Order: sequence, then C-alpha cells, then structure tokens
Amino acid sequence: MRLEPIKNPTLARKLTPPTIALFVTIVIASLLAMVAGANPFTVIGLILKGAFGSTFAILETLNRATPLIFTGLAVAVAFRAKFWNIGAEAQLYAGALMTVLLGTGVLPWPSLAILPVIIIAVILAGAVVLLVPALMKTRFGVDEVVTTLLFNFIFLLFISMLLEGVLKDPMGMGWPKSARLIPEARLPRIVDGLRLHWGFGLAIFSAICIWIIQTRSTLGYEMRAVGLNKEAAAFAGIPVNVVIVKTALLSGGLAALAGFSEVAGLKGSLTLDLSPGFGYTGIIVAMLALLNPLGVVVAALFVAGIFVGADSMSRAADVPTYLADIMLATALLLMVLAIMLTRFRVVRE
Amino acid sequence: MDIIDILFTASFWAAAIRIASPLIFATLGELICERAGVLNLGIEGIMVAGAFAGWMAVYSGTGLWMGVCVAMLVGMLFGLLHSTLTVPFGLSQHVVGLGITLLATSSTYYAYRLALPEVTSPPKIGAFQPYEIPILSDIPLLGPALFSQTPLTYLAFILVGVVSVVLYRTPLGLAVRAAGENPAAVAAQGLSVTAIRMGAVMVGSGLMAVGGAFLTMSAFDSFFFEMVNGRGWICIALVVFGSWRPGKALLGAVLFAAFDALQIRMQQTSLGSHVPYQIFLMMPYILSILALVLMSRRAQVPAALMVPFNKGAR
Repeated sequence: MRLEPIKNPTLARKLTPPTIALFVTIVIASLLAMVAGANPFTVIGLILKGAFGSTFAILETLNRATPLIFTGLAVAVAFRAKFWNIGAEAQLYAGALMTVLLGTGVLPWPSLAILPVIIIAVILAGAVVLLVPALMKTRFGVDEVVTTLLFNFIFLLFISMLLEGVLKDPMGMGWPKSARLIPEARLPRIVDGLRLHWGFGLAIFSAICIWIIQTRSTLGYEMRAVGLNKEAAAFAGIPVNVVIVKTALLSGGLAALAGFSEVAGLKGSLTLDLSPGFGYTGIIVAMLALLNPLGVVVAALFVAGIFVGADSMSRAADVPTYLADIMLATALLLMVLAIMLTRFRVVRE
Repeated sequence: MDIIDILFTASFWAAAIRIASPLIFATLGELICERAGVLNLGIEGIMVAGAFAGWMAVYSGTGLWMGVCVAMLVGMLFGLLHSTLTVPFGLSQHVVGLGITLLATSSTYYAYRLALPEVTSPPKIGAFQPYEIPILSDIPLLGPALFSQTPLTYLAFILVGVVSVVLYRTPLGLAVRAAGENPAAVAAQGLSVTAIRMGAVMVGSGLMAVGGAFLTMSAFDSFFFEMVNGRGWICIALVVFGSWRPGKALLGAVLFAAFDALQIRMQQTSLGSHVPYQIFLMMPYILSILALVLMSRRAQVPAALMVPFNKGAR
C-alpha cells in the first residue's frame, strides 16, 4: 500500500475519519468495561454523569482541566516547532516550587503585589528548567526527548529531597510536605462559594495569548517555519537555534504555570503527589487539539471530563479507573491516524 | 566501606550484571528498531506490559520459559501496533511511541486490577534461580559475578552476540541496517522496506518486553506498579551511548549498572549518612544525560531514523 495526498479534501473526508476514531474509542472502552463485568452503557453513562452531570461535577472538571490547559499549551507550543518537550512534568514542579518559595511568607505583600511577582518568577523557573535541554540540543545536538524525559525523574527526586529537608513543614506531622501559602499568595475563587479558582481564568487567558503569538507575531511564524522544515527556515534567514531556545522558554514557562495554579489555586502547599502526570497528559491534550492553542482548551475539558467521570464511575461500577487512561491512549493513537487519513488516501498496489 | 573496597567485591559485580540484564534486553530491542529507522518510544510501556505478562503467565501456572515467551508475544503485539501506525502510515514516531507507552502501561494496570482485585500486596512466583556454571563459577571474583547468574542473564549476554552477528554478518542484518540508512536502495533491490521495518520493530518490542519480564521473573518475584521506573528511557540513552552498536551498548549497560549498584552501596557508607539519598538516586539519570552530551557529537545516527518511507513519494 502507499499514501497519496488528496488535493482538495471534501467536508465529508475531513469529518469521517475523526468521527470513526471517536466511535472506535468508545467501542473499545465498552468492550473493556464488559471484560470487567459491567454494563458498558451504564459505565459510559456514569462517566458522563460524573464529568458533567451536576454543578459540582462541572466545577470539578474545570478544575481538573486547568493544569491540563497549561501543560497542553506547553506541549502544543513546543511540538509546533518540532521541539519535543516531554518534560512538562519537571517544569510543572519547578513552578510549584517557586510558588512555595515565594508564597509562604518571604514576601509579606498584599495579593495584588505578590501574585504578579510569583507568576513572573514561576514562568522564569519553568523556562530555566527547559533551557538546559534546549541548550544541550542547540549546542551539542543532544536529542531533547531523552533529556527532558530523564529530567522529570531528576527533578522529582530533587523536590522529594527538598520536601524531606529544607522545605519540610515543621507542622506537617512528619509528612514530606511544604509549609502552606500565606492567604495573600492564594488564587481567589472566581465566584464566591463555587470551588473554581482564578487559575482557570489565567489558563484561558494564556491560551488566547498563545493563539495571538502563533497567528499574529513574527515569533509564531518563525516557530511554525522551524517546525515545518529546519533547513528551509535557515535558508530563509530564520535563526533556527534562537527560535528553538525561545520556544523552549515559552513552553517551560507555560508548564510551570500549571504547578503554580495547582498550588496557589487548589492545594495550598507542595507535596510529591501534586501532579498525577499532568505533564504527560498535556501531550495527549495537545495532540487531540491538533496543536491549536484554542483547541487545547476544548481538548483539556474533554480529557479532564474523562478522568473526573472515570473516578466517580469507578466508585459506582467497580471498574478500574485506568479505563480512562486506556480510552485516552486509544483516542490519541486513533486520532493521529484519523487526521492523517483526512489528508491522504490509501492506495493498494 | 570505601569505594575501592566495594569495587573489589564479587557481590558488587554480581549486582551490576543483574541490574544490567533487563537493560541489555531492552537496549538491544531499541537498537534493532532504530537500526531499521524507527524510534520506538513505546519501550517504557512495553517493558511494563512484558513485566506483567510474563509474571501473570507464571502465576497462572505456565512454566518460567513459557512466561518469557508470553511476555515476548505481548511485546510483539504492541510492536505490531506501533509499526503499523509508524511504518505504512508514516505517523509521528514521537507521538505514536508515547501513545503506545501510555496504552501499554494503562492496559497493564487495568488488567492487574481485574486479575487481582482484592490483593494489597502482589503475590510472589517461583522466579528464575541462579545457575552456577560448572568450573567457570569457581574463578575468584569473576566466577560469582558473571557465572552464578540466572539463565535469563546468560540469555541477555548471548543475545548481544546473536544480534551482532545477524546485523553485521547476514543478508537479513544488511537489509535491516539498509532500511535505516537508505530505504530507497532497499526498495530498489526489490525488498519491502515496510516489511523489514515492521519486522524489526516487532522483534525489538519483543525483546523490550523480555527486559521487563526479567524484573518480575528474575530480579524480583513479583509485579509492582512503577517498577520499570524510567529504565526504558535510559535504554534509549544507552543506544545513543553505544553508537547503535550491540557490543558498545552492552558495555554502556554494564557501566551504567555498575554505577547504579555503586550508588546503592554508597548510601550505606558514612558519606551516605550525610548526603540525602535522593542525590544517589539521581546519579544514574544524570550519568545518562552526561553520556548523551559526550557521545552525541560523534554518534553515527542511522541516516533514515525517524524518516518515514513512502514509495509513491519521490
């Protein structure tokens, strides 16, 4: 078999493969639910109900989507320039660390003064963490996939060391957790009485900013050019290495905001289980969004909904929550295939 | 105990060889994939799946070697999925690989929860036992280190030789290497690049799964979540470190494992009581990154690595 580009894909051609991909994902999830001895319709109903069935459920989904929007944007920005940042997890923790360093009493300022300072410091922290693999790539030609992946492990051990050492909360009953943020350093709720914090607002704002950068700025144009064809970009006079480093700084900063929003908006302190893999899930979010910054918001809501829904479904139907991860992995693989099939035709030989 | 003292104990080297074994399997697996031109980031997840599949098979009553075969088969199935998406369809090897890792890991955990819903600690199996090779195991220092290992370790070392010979001394190996260097030339010879690459990815993925199975069937006797713990990613670094050559990759794996065994022992020295244990645990990852920085300049990357081959496009 071989692939032939389709010149002018029809609307049906553009919509059919992704629809089939979604359908097959649901069929596979249903089969797995049956293997677990549950009724697939009940399971899918419970997931939907758990994700979007009540105000509480919706707020929970929005809260879960918040860090995923940030990490999804971080991955989308990087992947667009073909800079494979798989280290959003480390950058997330760098942001969380910076939040705790500045927000636990060192700066005794009111909210309006302290929050902007923390946000800027957090972005810098994440940027610096990703700067190391970026420079290794541009200076020594070291593949960033492996370095960013390995940095995740190194950075988590580093956080663990700090939480059992200098950062350990003396009031923490021996648990490895940091001191709590001062109230001024916490992100306030968007509406009083509803459990949704301004981290979500910041995430939406970031998505719009990134969309503007990508579609309306020179940097966005350069990042796309580098991603499409490095040699051609260099030939056109684009400083490829500079663009890669800039991309890395932007991507690292975005991922770090996820850590900030989790600590300042939800948890109030730093623990080792702050992120259940938000950095890695960001890759799924970004791919499902076709690397479009505004699409990232939608994809993050979808992914968060599946996770939140699966949590409550698991309690009710006794099907392991890992069903959610399988669904997302399947959706990811089928969706990349489907997107390709909207543009290419398979020809038999 | 001093570092020098540690380096001259047989138990240290025995541990190093044991730690190296799963890395050798998986590194060889990744090496075969990459030599054919396909980066396989599914390695981490495939190792998890292999670790579970082999262990579960033995727990349900098959023999140990049958368990290894089951692990290999599961690995090959994931390899088939990976290569179907990346070779004929030419999808991004980064995205598909990470997707396979996620799929393999989550479906393994799902299967574990379904198979053993009520357990708090996972059951143990009768794992591979060390087999002392007659005469050779009596050599001082070398004997206990090299020749008193489990059969799977011997298999890992034998495979390095086998893969070397096949890659460099057979037409099949030539075809695999050519698929990774100059696929158009392979196609011009009337061979199918697609078939060669898919076959290489399947065999490679099978070896990765056996590497995972080593953990549950030889190094330990039980399955734990997070037990692979980044070993797959380290193997990708080892392939680069070994310049895509089996012999050098073996050397890298043993060096790496020796370092890992050393850091475990260092934690128990007087130094270890002053330095946080996390510093020691970081060392293997830092070492891998340093090795990459040192080796990347002169590494001879297969020219067509990560380049999909579509016969129609010229």
